[in-house]
Order: sequence, then C-alpha cells, then structure tokens
Amino acid sequence: MKIFTYIFILLLGANVAAQTPRPADPQSEPIAIVNATAHIGNGQVIDNSFVTFDGGKITGIGNASEAPDLSGHRQIDASGKHVYPGLILPGSRVGLEDIGAVRPTRDHTEVGEVTPNVRSQIAFNTDSDMLPTYRFNGILLAQVTPSGGTVTGTSSIMMLDGWNWEDATYRKDDAVHVNWPAKTFGARWWMGETERRENKNYDSQVNAILGLIKDAKAYHAGDNKEVNLKLEAMKGVLDGSQNLFVNAGRARQIVEAITKLKDAGINNIVLVGARDAWYVKDLIKDNNIPVVLDQVHRTPSREEEDIKMPFKLPALLNAEGIKVSLRQSGSLMAGRNLPFYAGTAAAYGVAKEDALKMITSNTAEILGIADRTGTLETGKDANIVISDGDILDMKSSIISYAFIQGREVIIEGKQQELYRRYRDKYSN
Amino acid sequence: MKRYISLLFAVSFITLSFAQDNFPRNGTRDERPSTYAFTNATIFQDYQTRLENATLIIQDGKVLSVGTNLSMPAGAIITDLDGKWVYPALVDPYTSYGLPEVKRRSGFGGTPQYDSKKEGAYGWNESVKSDYTASAEFKVDDKAAKKLRDQGFGSVLTFRADGVIRGSGAFVSTGNEEDHLMVINPGVSSHLSFNKGTSRQLYPTSIMGMVALIRQTYYDAQWYKNGGNEEQTNQTLESFNKLQSLPQIFEANSDKIRVLLADKVGDEFGTQYIIKGNGDEYQRINEIKATGASLIIPLNFPKVYDVDDPIDALEISMTDLKHWELAPTNPGRLANAGINIALTAHGLKDIKDYWKNVKKAVEYGMSETQALKAMTYTPASLVDMQNEVGSLQPGRRANFIIASGNLFDDGKIFETWVHGTGYEVAEKDPMDLAGKYHFQAGDDTHVLEISGEAGKHKAKIVVNDTTSIDVKLKVDDQSLSMNFSHKDSEGSMRLTGWTDGRNLKGTGLNERSEWISWTATFTEDIEKKDEKKDQEDATVEVGDMIYPFVPYGWKEQPKQETILFRNATVWTMEGDGKLENADVLVQNGKIAQVGQNLSVSGARIVDATGKHVTPGIIDEHSHAALSGVNESSHAITGEVRQYDAVDSEDVNIYRQLAGGVVAAQLLHGSANPVGGQSALIKFRWGSTPEGLRIQGADEYIKFALGENVKQSNRSPQWNTRFPQTRMGVEQVFVDGFTRARVYDQEWKAYNGLSAKVKARTTPPRRDLQLEALAEILNSERFISCHSYVQSEINMLMKVAEQFDFRVNTFTHILEGYKVADKMAAHGVGGSTFSDWWAYKYEVREAIPYNAALMTQAGVVVAINSDSQEMARRLNQEAGKSIKYGGMDEVEALKMVTINPAKLLHLDDRMGSLKAGKDGDVVLWDDHPLSIYAKPEMTLVDGIVYFDAPKDAEMRDWIRAERTRLINKMKNAKKNGAKIQKVMRKERHNWHCDDIVEELGTVNE
Repeated sequence: MKIFTYIFILLLGANVAAQTPRPADPQSEPIAIVNATAHIGNGQVIDNSFVTFDGGKITGIGNASEAPDLSGHRQIDASGKHVYPGLILPGSRVGLEDIGAVRPTRDHTEVGEVTPNVRSQIAFNTDSDMLPTYRFNGILLAQVTPSGGTVTGTSSIMMLDGWNWEDATYRKDDAVHVNWPAKTFGARWWMGETERRENKNYDSQVNAILGLIKDAKAYHAGDNKEVNLKLEAMKGVLDGSQNLFVNAGRARQIVEAITKLKDAGINNIVLVGARDAWYVKDLIKDNNIPVVLDQVHRTPSREEEDIKMPFKLPALLNAEGIKVSLRQSGSLMAGRNLPFYAGTAAAYGVAKEDALKMITSNTAEILGIADRTGTLETGKDANIVISDGDILDMKSSIISYAFIQGREVIIEGKQQELYRRYRDKYSN
Repeated sequence: MKRYISLLFAVSFITLSFAQDNFPRNGTRDERPSTYAFTNATIFQDYQTRLENATLIIQDGKVLSVGTNLSMPAGAIITDLDGKWVYPALVDPYTSYGLPEVKRRSGFGGTPQYDSKKEGAYGWNESVKSDYTASAEFKVDDKAAKKLRDQGFGSVLTFRADGVIRGSGAFVSTGNEEDHLMVINPGVSSHLSFNKGTSRQLYPTSIMGMVALIRQTYYDAQWYKNGGNEEQTNQTLESFNKLQSLPQIFEANSDKIRVLLADKVGDEFGTQYIIKGNGDEYQRINEIKATGASLIIPLNFPKVYDVDDPIDALEISMTDLKHWELAPTNPGRLANAGINIALTAHGLKDIKDYWKNVKKAVEYGMSETQALKAMTYTPASLVDMQNEVGSLQPGRRANFIIASGNLFDDGKIFETWVHGTGYEVAEKDPMDLAGKYHFQAGDDTHVLEISGEAGKHKAKIVVNDTTSIDVKLKVDDQSLSMNFSHKDSEGSMRLTGWTDGRNLKGTGLNERSEWISWTATFTEDIEKKDEKKDQEDATVEVGDMIYPFVPYGWKEQPKQETILFRNATVWTMEGDGKLENADVLVQNGKIAQVGQNLSVSGARIVDATGKHVTPGIIDEHSHAALSGVNESSHAITGEVRQYDAVDSEDVNIYRQLAGGVVAAQLLHGSANPVGGQSALIKFRWGSTPEGLRIQGADEYIKFALGENVKQSNRSPQWNTRFPQTRMGVEQVFVDGFTRARVYDQEWKAYNGLSAKVKARTTPPRRDLQLEALAEILNSERFISCHSYVQSEINMLMKVAEQFDFRVNTFTHILEGYKVADKMAAHGVGGSTFSDWWAYKYEVREAIPYNAALMTQAGVVVAINSDSQEMARRLNQEAGKSIKYGGMDEVEALKMVTINPAKLLHLDDRMGSLKAGKDGDVVLWDDHPLSIYAKPEMTLVDGIVYFDAPKDAEMRDWIRAERTRLINKMKNAKKNGAKIQKVMRKERHNWHCDDIVEELGTVNE
C-alpha cells in the first residue's frame, strides 16, 4: 500500500497544496483495474476481477481469467485489493456548510416554513474543505439537501469533485424534502426540563404540507396566469419524476406522515431518519416505502430499547424486505464515516454485500440514479473506488484510487498535506 | 400543705385562663366560654394510644384532659361524639402556607449578572438568603388554611422555598385568627436546597456549583465567627451562624441520589440534615437508611398513563411504569426499614388527594400506626414542636380532628379544631334520604330514587326499566330542592320541599311555570352495592425492584467470580503486546495470571478460541453518568466537584460496559478557563455514586482554552466576562495561580505554628477555589485541559512552567500535532478525538493524523469520547489510527487502555493485563480494532457487568415487565383511575459545551 501511495503522491504531488485539490480532468485513456476483489454493489463478488472503463463509462467487468485484451488500457494492478462502486451519501448538507459554528459558512437553512423552491444545486461549494475528506473515504456522490422549516427545499445529486456546481451536478433537482412536524419536542434540558413537550402547532404545520400538495395539484391542473414558484417546485413530486423525502423519526410521526401523504395522493415517498421504523415496519413494507436511516452510530432512542438497537435496525428492516439506505446526520464532519455505518450494519446482522448495497446500489435506486451508478456494471458511469482492504472496516478501509465518471480524482487534501508536513518535521 | 399546692396550681391556672389581649380593640370586648368537652368518642391521644369511649376536655385553646371517667368542669359545652373518632390534628412539616408566592422574575435577554444586586451589608451571592425569616412575612390566609384544615392539618411548618440557603421557617397554626396568635414559634427550622431559586445572579448554574456555594458559605461563616467579623459586617453570614442551632431541613430536589448528596454535604460540617425527599427513596433504600437522616416524604404518586395505543405507549418509559406501580410502596418501605419519616402534602397537584394517597400508602404496606405517626408526632418532633402539637396531652394545643370513623378506612373528617376553635369540614349529620319514593307532582306520578350516602345524594326519576331522568338534588339541613326536565320538554320542574317523617313534600313550579304541590312517599330502601370488596381484600402485588431503577438494572447484583479465559488472542498491552493462544485468569477481583495452559480449580472456564481478550477500555474524557457538566458562571470555578454530580442511574453506564469501557474520567465542561474537579469512576453498574468512585485515585481538574472560555460561540450578550480573548485567558491563569501561591503560603505558615500560638491565632479563611489551585501548584491535583489550537497549548505549558508545575493532559488537543515536540518536552499527555474537525472555527486545522503524529513525537496519547455514543466504540476510534497514520495495532489499542490509565495515574492497577492488576477485562468476538468486533463479556474488578446472553435475558424481562405493567395500567384505567397523557422523560446526554441557561437569559 505504501508504495502505491508514494507513487501516487509523486504523480500528483504538484497538485497537492494548501488550496483544495485541483478537480480531475476527463478520462483521457481506457483504464483497467485488474486482480482486485470486485464488489459489484448488487450483492455479487468477483474474487479476481478485471474492470475496464473508457470515456467515463464501465466497458467491462468479469473474472480476470476471462479478461479481454487489455492492451491500450492503462492498467492498475490491484492484487490483494478491493474495488467498489463509488459510495453515495443521501440527505447531506455537504457543500452547503464548512464550519458548523460559523454562520457565514452555513448555507443550508432558509427562512420560512414552506420553501420547496429553494434549490441546493446552485449553492453547492465545490471548493469546500469538506469534500476532500469525503472523497478520501470513497464517498463520490451526495444528495445535497436543504434543511430547516417544514418543506425544506429541493435537493440535487452532486459529484464531490468539480470546477463549479454546474460541472459537479449529477442529477439536478432530484427530490423535494419535508421535515414531518414533531408531535412532541425534546425536553429543554438547559432550562431544567426533564419531560418532552407537546408541539402545539402540530396540526397547522401538517396542514401547511398537505395544503401545499393540494394547491399544487389544482395549480398544475388549471391554467394559471400568475406563476407561483412554490407550487411550480412541486410539479415533479406530483408527476412522479421527483420523490418526496420525508424526514420522520418517532413512530407516531412516521404513521402520520405516511398515511396523510398517501391520502393526499403522494405515492413516491422516501422515509428519512426513521429511528422508530421497526415499530411500524408493516406500514412501511405494505406501502413499499424505502428508508434512508439516520446514522447507525447513535444511542438508542429510549432507555429500555435494546442497547444495540441502532446498530441492528438496518438488519431488522433488511430482513423484512424493506429497501434500506444509510446516511449521516448531525455534525457534518462525520459524513466521511459512511462506510463504517455500513460496517456496523454488517457486524449486527446484514450480510456484508447487502450492507454495501445500503451505501451504493440501494441509495442509487432511491435517488433515481440507478441507471447510471450504484453498481459496477457495464454501461454505467465509471464511479469506482479501490480500497486496500474491506472498505467497511476502518482498520483496512484505505482508499488508493477514486474515479468519478472515469475521471481520476485526487483523494488527498489539506489534512494529508498537514500530516506529511509535521511527520517530516518530527522525523528530522 | 398539699392543699396549698393545689390551690396555688389552681390560681396559676386561673391566671392563665384569662386571655391576655394586648391589642387595642374597637368595640366591646366579646370573650365567650371556651371550655369544651367531647364525650363518648374513640380518641387517639397520640399516634399509638387509642382510648375507647373517652372524653376530651379543652379549655382556652389547650387540652385540659383526655381519658375516661373525667369529671366535667362547670360551664363546659358538651358535645356527644358517640361513634365518632378523634385524632390529634395533622402536622405538615413542609409548606409555604401564609407566605407570599415566590415569583420568578420573568423576561428573557439582558446581560448576565455576575455580582449581587442586593442592597445592604450582605454576602456576595443572592441565592444565599440566610437572613430571611418566614415569620416576618407570615399572614393568615384563610382560603389556604381551609384547604389544610379540610385534610385535618392543625399546624404546619412554613418557609420560603427560594435559594440554596433559605433562612428560617416558622411553625404556625391553620386557624383563622390574627397572625400573631397563629404563629406558634417564629423560628423553628433552617432551610437549604439544591435549587437556586429566584436569584438572577449567574452563580451557581449547576448542581456542583450549588454544593460548592453551600460549602463555601459554611467555611465563610466559620471564618466570620472566628474573626472575620472584625474585617467586615456581613449579615448573611451572621444570620447563617444564628441558624445553626436550629434543625436543618434540606430539600434534596430531583431524585434519591440528591438525598445521598445532601447528607454528604451535611457530614462535612457535622450537621445531620432532615431531608425532604422526592418519593422515589425506595429505589436506594439501604443507602438512604445509612445516611441516618430523617426524611420528609411527599405522596406524589403518579397517575395512570394512557397506554391504550401501543405506539403512544412507546413513549412511556420503563422507569415511569415501574415507579407508577411502586411509588405507593415508598412510605411503607421507608417506615418498615426503620427510617424516621414524616409525610407532607407538598408536591400534590391537588391537596384533596392527600388522604386518598395516605390510604394508598397504607394499602401498599404502611401500617396505620406508622402513617399516623408520620402525620402527627414525627413532623412535630422534627422541629421540636412535639410538646405543642401532634398529640392530645394536657397543656398541648387543642388541635384535633373529629371524624365519622377510622380515617384510614372510610371515616370522614367532620371538623378540624385549631387552638380550641372548631372549623367545620363536612356536615356532621347530614340527612339520609336514600330510598325509593312514590313521587307525585301535579298530575305526574313516577318512581323517585335517591341513592348514595348522606351528604352526597344522587337522585333520578325512573320512567321505565331503561329510561330515567337525572334530578338535581340539593339537601340543606331539613329542606331540599329538586330540579329536572322531562325529555322533549323545554321547561323544567323546579321544586322546593322539606321532610315529613320519612316522606318528602313541598311546592314548586312545573314546566309551564304553574305553581304545584308535590309529595314523595317512601316505599322501600335501595340495595346498596357491594363496593368491590374483593379487590380491597386482595393483597397488593408489585413487581421486582431493580438497581439502579432504570432498564437493565439488576434484580440481583452480579458477584465477583473466578474466570479463566482460555486459548484467546490476548492483548496484554505490556511489553509482549499480543499473545496468541493464551489464557487469562481473573481471581479475587484481580488479574491472577496471564500465560499459556493455565488452570485453577473452581474457575468458570470461558473458551475464547478464535476470540480476543483485552484490558478494559478507559475513557479519559467522559460526561456520562453526570447530572451536570458546566458551572458556566465564573471564569474560575475550581471549587466545584464532579463527584457531586455523579449519577449512578444513567443507563449509559451499562451501554458503555457493552462497548468494553470499564472506567472514565468524568470531566467538568469547558465553559471556563478553570473548570471543576473531575470524578474518576469505574462503571460498576448498580452501585451508588460513592460506589462508582475509584478509591485512592489522584485528584484531577478540568481547564479549558479557546472559543468556549472566550464565550465566542455564544449569543452576543455574553461579552462581558473576562476573558474574551486568548490573551485574557492567560491572565486568568496567572492571576489565579499568583493568588493561590499567597493563599498556600498563608496556610503553610499557619499550619507551621506551634500549638500554643495556633490556639490564639485566627486561621486563614478556607477558600475552596484557591485551595484547588494551590493543590495544582503542589502537584496534588492534575490538570486535564480542553484545548485546540497550538498557541494556547503552548501558552498553558509556559504558565505551568512559570509556576513550576506540569500540565498533566491536554484533552481534545486537536492541534497537538503542531506542537507535539514541545508537549513531549514538557511531559504532558494528549487525549484526543480520532477524526473530529470542522465543527467550529478553532478546529478547522484538526486532522485525523493527530494521534499518530503526537505518538511519533513521544507524547503519551489517548483517544477519548466526550460522547455517550462514541464511548461505546472507542476501540474502533483507536482503530482509525491505522487508517490515518499507519499506526501499529498494539500501539493503537494502547490509546484506549494503558495510555489513558497512564494519563489518569492509574497504570499501576489498570490498563493492561498483568498479574496483580484490577480484573478489568473484555472478551471480544473479533479483532478489537475492527468494526466487526463486539464485546461478549466485560469485567470490572472481576465482576461480569456485561454478558451478551445475560443482556438478551434482560431484554426479554424488560419486555415482559412492560407488558405486565401496561396491562395493569389498562385495568386501572378501566376501573376509573384518573389518567394522564404520556410524555416521555428524557435524560440529557451531556457534552463538554453544554451550558445550562438560566431562565431570564437567552439560550443559544
């Protein structure tokens, strides 16, 4: 591994400076990754594989023994290593925030309860210091999502490498996001409260969501003279081209969200957060609703719950046939730990390749980009990472190459530069 | 001679019997005869002496005599109480009766208030209100008094519940006479609490701060008495000293752990507090008994929760469910354990529930005698008023209850007498009209049915078998009125009437407003319903106790075992690093042997083939198991102690054991340059705070640097406390240590005096804050300093060197990698996060290679959690240093075992697997640095505190117990119990930055 990194650094050394690394150039030659264990992302594994890609698309994958003539390819010998589809992080503020505590760097929460027309795509900061740290761990795509309010806005799926937001866009305006109102709020511990409180505005907040849907339906059915940006923004949700992502955590909230939205005629629902999903699994299953689970590394919601409940939840839902994807919530820095959330899911009952699906193909399906990415299959975009070992386990999850649409991205950044600077200082 | 004496006695008695009225009166004097005799009653002379067919004679507000065959004084007003019962009036030891309501000043915003705004020669903190005297503000409030009398209370202790030190309480009667006549004793008690009250001064903001403030007040008062009063006049301290001769009543608000804490505070000053509890004392009954404190116990039994919907029922915690069932056993369990308890109505939403709950307590195991004692004698005796009230002895206050029968059964209070004046509670002999009547009003004839007991009658007109009309019936002495409407009729029948033998008759208006006359002729009695006798007779069955009283608490505390782990990969963390196919023997709480092919007789053998054994994980930086983190007021709060905030009932202890963590340093937060003193604990799940403590461990203290202490992350009005810059932070330290050095020298000089000289020298004032700083100077206390950027790290090392000591640990230390060489030279350790960064400005250059780089430079490095969640996966966090920096795996695991042990000076007994060290061991099913590794067993001191199969068993039990309790609740609801909506109680998971905002200031 060390030699690899060394060569890599030699090759790219000039580019690694205090600035964010230079965005990658388009793929200029066919590339073949050979002799790696290939994890396809759909559950399959090829022990000794070849993967070829050209012009940004995967051109072939299979057993190394059955590889076509690879002459004319730049060959990367990945013996002993593992090759994966690029990891995908849904429901993230990445690119909309740099330092949580510094207000000027926050661009994710707009004023107003109902702002479906607010779009993340055009605020995505390709120069964010956060991006290199995500790429370094194999995360190549993210659903960049506004937060705040009840109807928070419209997300886009962005590549975590690019000269500008326009270049970095993978799928524009993929979904509208809703924070389903809470029935109760947490205790305000800082004021000495020990009990949760009722949300007295619950009904009016729910009505704001349902009213938006109702009005949007009427608006799009009629011939309106006056343009309403909020109602325009709901078009995709109504015609099914966009999903409605609904963030709901507690059991009652999930039940209310699903039943009320179904009643309003919305069928393309994705449940986000879903910490209590287990208690209402039948409702989720019967309605065929995929779930994007909040981060796996958290404490249980309730004292009496299984102390490993958050770790086991992906396995429990997976076993029910519910499509599960994993995300990170909370402090943005932890987004880079996405592969380890899948690792924990695997430690607590999900087959490793199924756990991988929760951060690759399942996510791609939920985000509506499965025709282009999420697995290592011929014809799909060459979104590929190579890891020294099991990507789900931190002790071996060491990424040496990453490709987005065949472009070889620089995976190192300022953190690695500082590391080398001080390692050298103390070596002398 | 004998005659002469008795004559003298009589004379003096006569003198007493003329009430001295020193108040001028407008009008004619109107004194009435005041001798009363109550005959033929069942009389409780005191809680344990019951007299049958007895007489009580009172005169001028006092008991003259009680007994049988008493001679009747001339002119006594005699009341025949045949069949009725007389009790001493009840005493409530915990009220604010007759005092103005304590009002919190409302409104948010404004700048924080650091200094006292109280005018006059008083102390520095507004929450110390020792100068307050309840009697000065007491005013008879007959509306409130009536509520008390209706429950049978004749006298109460009243005090103002405001401040950590609350001044004196008065003992007053509940009669409706003039204030000066109702105050029995103006100063009977001194009050303290863990509640800051209305003070808007910032200090204290935390439980630790409140304890420190109380302790410092004691020391200051001693100093004041011993000569400080020559330097200044301080009425706060002066009053405090005067209060010390009184019984001290401490409100241990919050929970049973605070009862233990209050007692600990008292022990330091040789004071046995009387402790006002919270109703959950049964959950730690042995430890509470051991305090030796008398307790004042509320009867605040929880209502039934509405648990019909299973999803809503998710929101009721197991703890609340169990407490609902067991709370009524609290008084009985305490009394049966031999604890001296007094009951109070304090804490009841509606005082009318008082007797209902007393009866419930009796149903759940308290004897009637114990209850009556706790309602009469004990509350009086706690404040030395037992010779005034609480029993009916000659000369004592004529405070008593006249009841229809046994109050613990279905007896009803008719009258409460206070100072010889009777107050009616319920009509003594209401008319009993129950029965069926032939009712005729004008042309109408019906059957009229009057049911229920006298005084609470209900009436209806029976039209046929299935239809009836409710009648509004009002009975008043010998007359009555009835009001009803026929179905489909617009008007109503409005009747008035009177009794005529067993019949009723009268006149009234019919629906057309025509005058009619009516009669109701008695026909037969109504069958009385048997009131669920079966249920009453059944003995009450309740579920198991668990310790602590939260899910995963033990029904039976696990015990030390001899355990032999066989054939494991053993990570010793000693020179040999990692041994394959090795055994570890744990015996008598210690590691007995590490090696190959070990055997011992009687050991539990654990086949660890293919598994890994490591030392228990130690977390250098934790806020788990705490009920408070930041005393965020002053820049220096070295006087506060996290030991005072240890909460042994935090389920995170168990969760972290399940992650292989066995011990932690519980740190103060990072709100100030000098924070509080650390608590070093082992996760001995089930123990009390004292049991968790690592005995003999070195003393530590939290320091902090950077944005948090500068308050730069807080809302804009937090800009007045010094320091607001890193420059000021340095000066806080230099100033603190400079003062501490002088303080230390003063004490050293004093302690060095000869006994003779010492005796006539005033000792220096004991200052808890400077004492902590002086301990640092003397290397008796060690710093763990929250830090981020290189400049501040370097600065603190230089300050330490200037004062000739060493910083022990930099915690967080995310830019430690930039000055790791300087750190190594200073000899300070680094306890860091694996990969945190970017959450605030000062961590923008934090890198996940920090641990590796500091290790490379020769710093002792630990990985800490500062998070109840991450603490469960510290092994994985250590594992990340393989990815970030290519660290050797043994070195990586050291960062969560032996290295933190070194930083906490516990490496002689913890942190590695070596014969003689503590039996703190974890068995893993996989490589301990892997994401896939799960602890199967975690041992602390040779006791298995986490065991995967046992964990599964407990889950099953929790499920079954919840089901049982929820079914029981549903039944209670069906039987008409009052219900409340489920609202989950939540425990806050503390973090470094958490600041408790006072009401009245803006929260972030």
